Amino acid sequence: MKLKQLSLFLENRPGALSDPVRLLGKNKLNIITLSLADTQNFGILRLILRDWERAKQLLEKQGFVVKVTDVVAIEVQDRPGGLAAILAALEKAGINVEYMYAFTLKKEDKGVLVFRFDDPDRAVQALQKARINVIGEIELFKRLEA
Amino acid sequence: MKKNLSNTVEFHPVSAPDFLPPPQLRDLQFQRLRAIVQRAYDRQALFRQRMEERKLAPADLKSLADLAKLPFTVKTDLRDTYPFGLFASPMEEIVRLHASSGTTGKPIVVAYTAADVEVWTNAMVRSFACCGVHAGDVIQNAYGYGLFTGGLGAHYGAEKLGATVIPISGGNTQRQLMVMKDFGVTVICCTPSYFLHLLDQAAELGINLKDLPLRAGIFGAEPWTENMRRRIESESGIQAFDIYGLSEIVGPGVAMECQCQSGPHIFEDYFYPEIVDPKTGKVLGDEEEGELVLTTLAKFAMPMIRYRTRDITALTSEQCKCGRHLRRIKRISRRSDDMFIIRGINVYPSQIEAALLAVEGTLPHYQIILTRERGLDEMEVQVEVTADFFSDTVGALEKLQSNLSRSIETTAGLRAKVRLVQPRTLQRSEGKAKRVIDQRKM
Repeated sequence: MKLKQLSLFLENRPGALSDPVRLLGKNKLNIITLSLADTQNFGILRLILRDWERAKQLLEKQGFVVKVTDVVAIEVQDRPGGLAAILAALEKAGINVEYMYAFTLKKEDKGVLVFRFDDPDRAVQALQKARINVIGEIELFKRLEA
Repeated sequence: MKKNLSNTVEFHPVSAPDFLPPPQLRDLQFQRLRAIVQRAYDRQALFRQRMEERKLAPADLKSLADLAKLPFTVKTDLRDTYPFGLFASPMEEIVRLHASSGTTGKPIVVAYTAADVEVWTNAMVRSFACCGVHAGDVIQNAYGYGLFTGGLGAHYGAEKLGATVIPISGGNTQRQLMVMKDFGVTVICCTPSYFLHLLDQAAELGINLKDLPLRAGIFGAEPWTENMRRRIESESGIQAFDIYGLSEIVGPGVAMECQCQSGPHIFEDYFYPEIVDPKTGKVLGDEEEGELVLTTLAKFAMPMIRYRTRDITALTSEQCKCGRHLRRIKRISRRSDDMFIIRGINVYPSQIEAALLAVEGTLPHYQIILTRERGLDEMEVQVEVTADFFSDTVGALEKLQSNLSRSIETTAGLRAKVRLVQPRTLQRSEGKAKRVIDQRKM
């Protein structure tokens, strides 16, 4: 039920973001979603791609430091309190959210968020117990194609 | 109001050896040299061993020129024999320890007997007197107090001179300026770069140093240039003097400029100078550029025989207009090793390596960038991120940054900004990276 996310180290300078993005574009690799964490000195670019293994190879060949992390895609009701319900379930299980970001993807009245947890397996268990829909890779890509 | 800096201030008796005629000075040096070499031979195992390897004994020293036959002492000798290896006096006779940072983790520790402190104090009295500072002056001592020799060295000398000493130590620029203004400070001791910083801050606070009684600055502990001297003098209206010293020899007060400002005079009845070719070790002549080698002639706790300072300069025996017969050194232009000095602290790239290694376990690619902003030196260490240490969370990377920074502070003794950079972005030349980029405008 987990997704693979690529993270890249970027310096905080003009052009730092466009280098990897251009490389992926040139190689016809589509970024499904991304998030950029920035500090005064550096940034971390997090990417979800279908063909993450090829993307990783290409980026590493270009000299980027790339890390693969398991993240969890969670379906969220597109209404007030939708996210709060998910967070309540995580809180109850004592699970810490490292960071999160959204997919542009939306189906009916449901959106999808990407969560990074310390312990993704335990998080998936807790979410399923609370009847929250965790979306696996296959289902996610199916929705993307629809 | 600037007080007039008179050339005919009362003569301090401690300065008498400054004016010894050369034949008498050489004689005194030779007597002292024989005694100190005998002491080192009797009490420093390392020196004795090196003498024996060369089949030499103290009795082979028949003239000052014979000093050239003796083995050198180098900085790593102090580290390798840490803590007590080069002590020539028992601890009961040692009244003070000082330390500077070593080339790797271990500090360089130096020891003084009561007589050594007296010699050092006299060297500092002579340093002050040499440039016209005298009893009645108010001296703001902004060299750091503590293990660093700068603070206490200048302090003891200034007190013995009969001046008023303000032991303000380094830092807190606003307070420095307030004290300078409110107590009518006439002389300041600090690093030249710190004085430039004071100048900038004063301008910001609307204080014109030209309106204050401050008339002289005793600047040392780091290399500086004639350009800096001109800037300091024209912007503050003071006279800027160059003082030279190093803790392995005694601390500040090894050499000091007189009012002619034509290079520091070496107090050579205490510290015997030679200039050698840094590669071959061969002794060079007057006016020839090479590495300064010093022998302590009157230090008992830790005699240093032919200590390689790694400072590149030249000696001149041309008679100075001030009347002193002491030889002078040229401004220190560079070093024969990769040491650099920042805010008066000696730093070696190998210390930075040791610090990075301690955190990461392997040595990442790194580069040291030195900058000077508003007169203040900054050191930034750029470290390439490796796959082993990269994390997708900001917290983990920030923790890595602060761990690296703390490790550098522990080994090198000063705070550095650590900046993580992308792999393969740091300059590499001929396979070996250029480790230090000095962007400071001297």
